[in-house]
Amino acid sequence: MKLKKNIATSENGFIFNPSTGDSFSSNGIAAEILGLMKLGRSADDIKQHILNTYDVEPSQLDRDWEDWSMQLKDANLTEL
Amino acid sequence: MLKNFADKPLVIGVTALNAIDSPGPGVAVIRALRDGFGDNIRVIGLSYESLEPGVYLHDLVDKTYQIPYPSAGAHALVDRLQYIHGIEHLDVIIPNFDAELYNFIKVSAQLRIMGIHTFLPTHEQLDARDKMNLSKFGEKYKLHVPEAITIYKADELRKAADELDYPLVVKGKYYEAFVCQTLEQAHKAFYQLSAKWGTPIIVQKFMKGTEINIAALGDGEGDCISIIPMRKLYITDKGKAWAGITIEDADLLDLARQFTKATNWRGGFELEIMRDADGKLFIMEVNPRFPAWIYLTAGAGQNQPEALVKLAMGEKVEAFSEYQVGKMFIRYAWDHITDVSEFQQLSAFGEL
Repeated sequence: MKLKKNIATSENGFIFNPSTGDSFSSNGIAAEILGLMKLGRSADDIKQHILNTYDVEPSQLDRDWEDWSMQLKDANLTEL
Repeated sequence: MLKNFADKPLVIGVTALNAIDSPGPGVAVIRALRDGFGDNIRVIGLSYESLEPGVYLHDLVDKTYQIPYPSAGAHALVDRLQYIHGIEHLDVIIPNFDAELYNFIKVSAQLRIMGIHTFLPTHEQLDARDKMNLSKFGEKYKLHVPEAITIYKADELRKAADELDYPLVVKGKYYEAFVCQTLEQAHKAFYQLSAKWGTPIIVQKFMKGTEINIAALGDGEGDCISIIPMRKLYITDKGKAWAGITIEDADLLDLARQFTKATNWRGGFELEIMRDADGKLFIMEVNPRFPAWIYLTAGAGQNQPEALVKLAMGEKVEAFSEYQVGKMFIRYAWDHITDVSEFQQLSAFGEL
């Protein structure tokens, strides 16, 4: 799963899709993940980073990641 | 021969000063001109009614003259413009209402002889994009447009509804449209619109999707000087954008270029686009003049009214190649205070 190249994100979690004009607000952890995605880090890499940084079970993270991916797809922010 | 801008300010006549809830583009056009030319212009407002707000905005409009309604005909328009020109020495006129364009195009050669420049489409171009001809236009140039049927009598609504199915959009000849869910609603819309704008009435298939508008400027030779696509962010009950944002989409730019090439459009225009769930772009309407949100083009780095004036004056204008994505406009209304003496002056003497 890759973010579309032209998606703009800011450190405070604001996301702007210049192709559609849609904008979204996200929380701190989402902003952190988006930042890592923009750097081209893989999903496994990012998940490992979260496991190392936050107190979360791998199974819970997998479920949340699935949900996160769906949200990004629905928002038309990821490459097909 | 090009005018030497240093000699005296360029005098530009602008119509559509009705900055109301469904605003005419005049005030936005003037703001863009002021941004582009600074103090080197004198703006002459051309108004139809005494309560057009732009008339009273003296920091934008230097002087206003009332002009006859389009229904008075081209002769009355020329007579009045001749009088105004005698005083103001107009260099350029930018008409901004659909309903007045026919007359302005008709008299443009006469105006040119008088020394007044315009940059307008031809009558053929104007007719080709007319709401009544849009389906044919789409077929001819392989552009997607929603199915539509032109009707003259309310009795024809039932047949049109059977063909297009509900909900359908009942549209006025020049302005306004209603989304109708039933035959009863369609009848009401028909009578309301025909009383206001006359017939025919256009019955169009309802399209669901994202509303996008494109403001563009054609050079009359098939090329686009400027294209700015804008996604509506806040839409009023009249379907007008109250807020919008510039977006980046190559398909939208291509569509505007395709339209310009097909028509050799000369002047400003607006494409009203609906993007359906599959991403297909439908042209809902083509407005033959700048839209009311035209000031956003100046904000985004492509000042279309300024470019149009330069083209009208015979200058060579290079096509813009970039604009700022993510530039927003948010419209606002405010109460401008004036004195009854000003209102009286315009009402009694037709000048202010």
